[in-house]
Amino acid sequence: MDKQQLVVINGNEYPFSPGETILEVARRNSIEIPTLCHLKGTTPTGACRVCVVEVEGARTLLASCATPAANNMIVKTESPRVVTSRKLAIELLLSSGNHNCAARASEGKDWTEFQLNVGKDDDSEELCPVWGNCELQNLAYKYQVKGEKFPITETKYPMETVNPFIVRDFSRCILCGRCVQACNEVQVNNAISFGNRGAATKIVASGDRPLKDSDCVFCGECVQACPVGALVEKDTRYRVRHWETEKVRTTCSYCGVGCQLELHVQDDKIVKVTGVEDAKPNYGSLCVKGRFGFNFVSSPERLTKPLIRKNGELQESEWEEALDLVAKNLKDIKMEHGADSIGVLTSARITNEENYIANKFARAVIKTNNIDHCARL
Amino acid sequence: MAGLAAAFGSGAMTNTIADIGEADVILITGSNTTENHPVLSTVVKRAVKNKGAKLIVVDPRKIKIAGFAHQYLRPNLGSDVAWINGLMHVIIKEDLYDKAFVEERTVDFSSMKEILEKYTPKYTEEVTGIPAQQIIDAARMYAGAERGSILYCMGITQHTTGTDNVKSLANLAMLCGNLGIRGGGVNPLRGQNNVQGACDMGGLPNVFTGYQPVNNEDAIKKMETAWGVTDLNKKVGLKVTEMLPKAHDGELKALYIIGENPMVSDPDLNHAEDCLSRLEFMVVQDIFLTETAKMADVVLPSRCFAEKEGTFSNTERRVQRVRKAVNPPGGAKDDWKITCEIGTRMGYAMAYTDSEAIFNELAKVTPSYGGITYDRIEEEGLHWPCPTTDHPGTPVLHIGKFPIGRGNFHSIDYIPPAEQVDDEYPLYLTTGRVIYHYHTGTMTMKTDGLNEQAPGCFVEISAGDVAKYNLYDGEAVIVSSRRGLLKAEIKVSSKAVDGSIFIPFHFARAAANKLTNAALDPVSGIPEYKVCAVKIEKAA
Repeated sequence: MDKQQLVVINGNEYPFSPGETILEVARRNSIEIPTLCHLKGTTPTGACRVCVVEVEGARTLLASCATPAANNMIVKTESPRVVTSRKLAIELLLSSGNHNCAARASEGKDWTEFQLNVGKDDDSEELCPVWGNCELQNLAYKYQVKGEKFPITETKYPMETVNPFIVRDFSRCILCGRCVQACNEVQVNNAISFGNRGAATKIVASGDRPLKDSDCVFCGECVQACPVGALVEKDTRYRVRHWETEKVRTTCSYCGVGCQLELHVQDDKIVKVTGVEDAKPNYGSLCVKGRFGFNFVSSPERLTKPLIRKNGELQESEWEEALDLVAKNLKDIKMEHGADSIGVLTSARITNEENYIANKFARAVIKTNNIDHCARL
Repeated sequence: MAGLAAAFGSGAMTNTIADIGEADVILITGSNTTENHPVLSTVVKRAVKNKGAKLIVVDPRKIKIAGFAHQYLRPNLGSDVAWINGLMHVIIKEDLYDKAFVEERTVDFSSMKEILEKYTPKYTEEVTGIPAQQIIDAARMYAGAERGSILYCMGITQHTTGTDNVKSLANLAMLCGNLGIRGGGVNPLRGQNNVQGACDMGGLPNVFTGYQPVNNEDAIKKMETAWGVTDLNKKVGLKVTEMLPKAHDGELKALYIIGENPMVSDPDLNHAEDCLSRLEFMVVQDIFLTETAKMADVVLPSRCFAEKEGTFSNTERRVQRVRKAVNPPGGAKDDWKITCEIGTRMGYAMAYTDSEAIFNELAKVTPSYGGITYDRIEEEGLHWPCPTTDHPGTPVLHIGKFPIGRGNFHSIDYIPPAEQVDDEYPLYLTTGRVIYHYHTGTMTMKTDGLNEQAPGCFVEISAGDVAKYNLYDGEAVIVSSRRGLLKAEIKVSSKAVDGSIFIPFHFARAAANKLTNAALDPVSGIPEYKVCAVKIEKAA
């Protein structure tokens, strides 16, 4: 009765739990099914048709992201029929806008006047800003699809650059809806949605206003979710190529949630921040401060040398002199007025290790318990 | 945190962030969650939108998260004890409480019950301004939950009755048996990345690491042995809010300030400045020349989070790695190295090869961190307490029993805020943060985009009050209290309620803390940032 239910994928049997989609069973078992519109943890839309698979007995190919696995279902993920269909889906997506990567012959003659003008405005006549870091390009490469089969759809909407953080390039939007899912189902900021209808469809914010005049709070979840070059961080556009950056995982230094971050470093400078997918506690999500508020690290206003007050003015000095002075003064004050005449304010900003050292310093060196930090403030 | 420690024996978030998504009912109070803990707020919003959780928001401002709430209650500033008591009154009257939990796991229920007698919905309405029916509805909703989660933040603690407020929330959670279960708990949301860690690591005047009391003989012995010293000071030290008055009186001669900016964050700034200027010697260790550093005798340049190795402990007690991504500017050094070099120069050798060596030492003397190693948290952090290297960590506290055995109910009566409005200062002021900035702005104000989104100070006021005081949106005004004044622009907002205004405290040039009251909670020493009386006038 309670016999384990099994789905057959590419000739092998796999158990599944009720409600699990074909895609989920496949991913769990390291069977690759390409996806584009699928955003983990959100309702499948089945919009892009890239993840289609062949299911025995089904008249049409089925979107694996939206089809639940069933007992004795026989699934093929890379059959000739699947591959043909997938190529067509990719070709259509490539023709839907300015996808001028190597996958598409990018001669100027292919471009409409409007697109060329849009490109000129943004110095992007040459290549897409996410060249080499684009899921659509990856698919075109994998399935060896060129974009010349269909004429390019004319772009109807100009680029939006009037906010400090995110460039919205509608000419490169494939309307996969991942940004809409990210905004509404993951962050639940409900700032953007599908607007207009049919060929005029556009991702809009609060009745088609610029992001800065909408409910958008610039968490950037949409940028991280965008599989193509439609949503890009303003500061990285045409400045940062992802393979030239080193990614370092760390913990955010703003609020107490402790989001896991990836700092993208180029030439010893943080150029971009993303959330670590699949890692607690934030599972890839960030807020505006965590994602965009990193410029302080490389600020020219950072202190680089110790300062000592001389004749009423703070003046640059060497470490030796500064440390000697601090040690001597603290020692003298302790000698003259006792340990409890000295206080230490440690910090909610520094590490556990550094707080431990501050606690040890106050208690074992100064011999006072006058140590506190700004938890109360 | 003192409030939770008194109730349960441990003063930290009882449950995890992910756990909030398991709750049937979430009660948020004194937390502007979407602006101050944006990513955590997504867990709440998803629970409400996708999982059918019920949300109750109790806050003097009609903040964004209130828009997701099934019930929004608007209490008068500083009336928290009263509305919580009001809820409990209804829950007991209607017999909705968890009798088994109260009987088996708590003490002092009956004396609390007596105090609650007078908090009828009608009386509660008189004190809090919340309509009686809303009190009844919210009580039924929270008590009806199988798993009810309470989230709170500085809107609860930054009052002269802050500790009472927290104890009251603990009372409410125990009354409904919402402790030691997934999706339940009393959860203080920590506002700074490592405020939990600073507390855990003995950055408090009364405890060593892991909350071991400084006046406990065993703890003293243990630390003396570990540190190779004798005669550790047994006297509980000064809280930050006590240090400044002592500096003023000349008893405190020197301050060594690491990564703090009390010249913007402290209450009653004009007084704070006077206190600090009386110090004989002040050292500030920071990444920028902050308002506080400008007053120092010596300033020591340190590294920021992206330039160092180590760990932070987040609000859910999860110890997570911090890793070096870039080199520090110029000669900036690790904070621990600077402190060690000063200690060594003072005659006590402090030398470590790296942050991991320090972590291993602190884990040895801190039972709750005893089982955590860098190796174990390479991929994913662990929740303390984690006493041994084979212990999986503790996501949910108080399962089966409290560290102090049974949980304490506290009988608490409502006490009004220290300062009340009057003819001269007719408006209440409350303070807080905005989403685009962080604390004193030292970090966020270096990003142009954040400044563009939130360029400066403002006075958030209701449409009603704007009309009453004959002002207009965007007008420059002077807001003053008994302690100081500031100039800023009016911002009419639906978040504001008639009779009270809000000013963010980030901006040094129009520092809200020139107005705030330094009156302290007698137990926690937390100032009453959230309530003071002000007046508003047109800027000439």
